[in-house]
Amino acid sequence: MYNAKAVITGIIVFTVLCTAPFWVGLAGKDYKSTGIVLPKDEKKCIESVEFMRKDHMRLLNEWRDEALRGENRVYTAEDGKKWSISLQNTCLKCHSNYKEFCDKCHTANSVYPYCWTCHILPGESK
Amino acid sequence: MLLSLLLVLLIGAVAWAGSAAGFAPLFGVALPYLATAVFICGMIWRMVYWAKSPVPFRIPTTGGQEQSLAFIRQAKIDCPSTRAGVFARMVLEILLFRSLFRNTQADVRAHLPASNGPGTIYYSSKWLWCFALMFHYCFLLVFLRHFRFFAEPVPAWITCLETLDGIMQIGAPRFFMTGAILLVALLFLLGRRLFNQRLRCISLANDYFPLWLLIGIVGTGICLRYFDKTEIAMVKVFIMSITHFSPVSTQGIAPLFFVHVTLVCTLLLYSPFSKLTHMAGVFFSPTRNLANNSRQKRHINPWNPPKQYFTYAEYENEYRDAMAEAGLPLEKAPDKAAE
Ligand code: HEC
Ligand code: HEC
Ligand code: HEC
Repeated sequence: MYNAKAVITGIIVFTVLCTAPFWVGLAGKDYKSTGIVLPKDEKKCIESVEFMRKDHMRLLNEWRDEALRGENRVYTAEDGKKWSISLQNTCLKCHSNYKEFCDKCHTANSVYPYCWTCHILPGESK
Repeated sequence: MLLSLLLVLLIGAVAWAGSAAGFAPLFGVALPYLATAVFICGMIWRMVYWAKSPVPFRIPTTGGQEQSLAFIRQAKIDCPSTRAGVFARMVLEILLFRSLFRNTQADVRAHLPASNGPGTIYYSSKWLWCFALMFHYCFLLVFLRHFRFFAEPVPAWITCLETLDGIMQIGAPRFFMTGAILLVALLFLLGRRLFNQRLRCISLANDYFPLWLLIGIVGTGICLRYFDKTEIAMVKVFIMSITHFSPVSTQGIAPLFFVHVTLVCTLLLYSPFSKLTHMAGVFFSPTRNLANNSRQKRHINPWNPPKQYFTYAEYENEYRDAMAEAGLPLEKAPDKAAE
């Protein structure tokens, strides 16, 4: 092999980089579940829980457009129930424990919604 | 072109049908392990293969004046004669694609003012460089962003990347610029092959296949984020279980996710055996990584056969008598040499 020193260094760097996910996984914590705390006194979310898990951000986006562009502050869910469109007063009334619910899941997935630069979280006096 | 498109679609369709029919562990667990192993071993095999190929002589594909007399200015980076110059050339090549920057295009024009008639002109064409750079850097950023699924806790630098990427704050989930730029750049690279007749003529299936494959990966990725979302939290649990070698059930993850994974695995499997090896190959390019110092240093071909020398002294020893007979001048007369 020519330039063995450089080539072997390159191969080692390459292998370490490519297997990095495994090392990072082994070194870091395991992640088995989101560990979120669900609201105790409620049974159902606005839509089905599958839909909420996947699409709650799109629902919020839709709500925002509905409320602010369409001037429509009532949302009719799939099952016919009517909800008043409000991030703070609807979502966070049930999910009052923001830290253990929204935040827990978001931090694990590196999602940092910028909503709270304007909207107010319950329990936070500003 | 069509063939490679069909092949990518077929792979996607197989993955979709397979994971919808309950074979998701095959596409989501077995294939990624296999693909990772093949990719790493394949690339190492490639690098060793290249490293074993001798490059005895310098290949000076110059982009500038080589080192010459003191009063002629050398292009120190384009035609380096020192290690530092080569290092600079490699860095510029790898990080900024300097060779593509020099890309020129030839065109025949009906009227040129210089010759007052028809003629060929060459002009600098930066489009390829521009889109190639966009593609590679966005690909890198998108690749790095995916590490949020592989690390717990997520490192701060990934979050920082995401914040920058989503700085436009459009929609929710936030619109990431790199994904869109990646797709646009890929479409340009594909369009270049389709609409430039000369390029189209020399483009083969192994040029189109990687492009379609990447378009498929980017397309499914964008779909998974913005349109047909899957449960990100569950995907992270699933991916973390794979990196811990204790895969959990694939229940509840959308088939589209497995199409995405299968296409990525196809890319990994395909890389070591195709032109995509240029990610390692660029480091091995003799035209980039060797100094053009043939005029200062003698480079000897290592596999030259050993030379057989026949010196004049030996020659005279061999033919002394015959030479003396013919009356030729000798360094040693026969009677002296006999001593
Ligand atoms: C620049 C400040 C700002 C940011 C950031 C912001 N909002 Fe708002 N939002 C507002 C304002 C102002 C209103 C109007 C309140 C009203 O008219 O009742 C509003 C209203 C809404 C509404 C409908 C009415 C209500 O009371 O909830 C929703 C839903 C909403 N925002 C969601 C979001 C989401 C989700 C995010 C984060 C992705 C977000 N907003 C980020 C300022 C902001
Ligand atoms: C009536 C009270 C109520 C309201 C209002 C409500 N939720 Fe829920 N939400 C729940 C309950 C209860 C669950 C758990 C459902 C289950 O596990 O079947 C839930 C589940 C969820 C989940 C899925 C968690 C998981 O992984 O299991 C998300 C995400 C969510 N809600 C987001 C929201 C958002 C965003 C809003 C505002 C648009 C909202 N919720 C409004 C009660 C509510
Ligand atoms: C089960 C985990 C989970 C829970 C619980 C959850 N989220 Fe999310 N949320 C996510 C994920 C994952 C994303 C990012 C989606 C993506 O990247 O495609 C997200 C994205 C968002 C976004 C868009 C952020 C952006 O800038 O892209 C908003 C807004 C949001 N969530 C609001 C909420 C609110 C409000 C709650 C609590 C009521 C909540 N979420 C609870 C998982 C969750």
